[in-house]
Amino acid sequence: MTLGVIGKKLGMTQIFDEQGLAIPVTVVKVDKMVVTQVKTVAKDGYNAIQVGTIAAKEKHLTKAEIGHFKKNNLENYRHLQEFRVENPENYKVGDEVALSVLDSVEKVDVTGTSIGKGFQGTVKRHNFSRGPMGHGSKNHREPGSIGAGTTPSRVIKGKRMAGNMGNERVTITKLKLVKVDADNRLVLIKGSVPGSDGRLVTIVPTRTKWN
Amino acid sequence: MNPTIDELEKTYLKSEIPAVNTGDTVKVFVKIIEGNKERIQAFEGTVIKKHGAGVNKTITVRKVFQGVGVERVFLINSPRIDKINVLRRGDVKRSKLYYLRERSGKATRIREKIETK
Repeated sequence: MTLGVIGKKLGMTQIFDEQGLAIPVTVVKVDKMVVTQVKTVAKDGYNAIQVGTIAAKEKHLTKAEIGHFKKNNLENYRHLQEFRVENPENYKVGDEVALSVLDSVEKVDVTGTSIGKGFQGTVKRHNFSRGPMGHGSKNHREPGSIGAGTTPSRVIKGKRMAGNMGNERVTITKLKLVKVDADNRLVLIKGSVPGSDGRLVTIVPTRTKWN
Repeated sequence: MNPTIDELEKTYLKSEIPAVNTGDTVKVFVKIIEGNKERIQAFEGTVIKKHGAGVNKTITVRKVFQGVGVERVFLINSPRIDKINVLRRGDVKRSKLYYLRERSGKATRIREKIETK
């Protein structure tokens, strides 16, 4: 993963481009991002930088976290995240990560936590078909057979069943980066982005090739 | 809505939009780009619906052309809309005039609103 930005999803709206077409966009607000640790192959086995964002009060942090920030005379941050980088010697602890990392980037990958749907049945969760609603049928939204009987006398692993849906890490690739507003620290991405408003999303230059 | 998004939307709002209400007869001038030429086409009809707010505000304009009902939805803050002229104010008791779709001829007339001060 190359260096990107972490921001708060504010919501969606639409803007007009030069041709006057309306483009649906998700607005992401990027707070101050500071390098909190530099990891190198020699010391940690891999090259990465750890970035902190969203200012926090001490009462919301553990002693270990407070110590981690105090050691380097940093402010307190609520969210810490690592980005793999190729040359960690270009960064030092305390540096600010500027929005300019998204300069000249056309498409981005956006990672977030999807909206939790709770415990859902197979119809909603796995797109199973439902049974007839009438004509004496009592098989409305049942999962149907979950396997053979005495042989193998168990349910095979990975059988799609009812359970918790959503609230998982989701990445959407190749979203068009419409605009980066450095003054207001806003990033506009075409289309929708995982998660509910107010949740954090990670935006990195896309690793997928496109035509 | 988020205040930051409101601020962002403001930069895309037009400064001058005439107050359009359902029942009004309007003439909408739309910019049409063909190749690299730009021309303006007018669409005249009755506003049967107002929808949305802010950047997303649209009006639906209905007219009957050669016996066929035509409805167009205009995103009124769009730069593709050159201007909107209100030709006549209508006095209606509905916010959505879907009933006009089932009517034709004289039955589609709308009473004119008389401004009282």
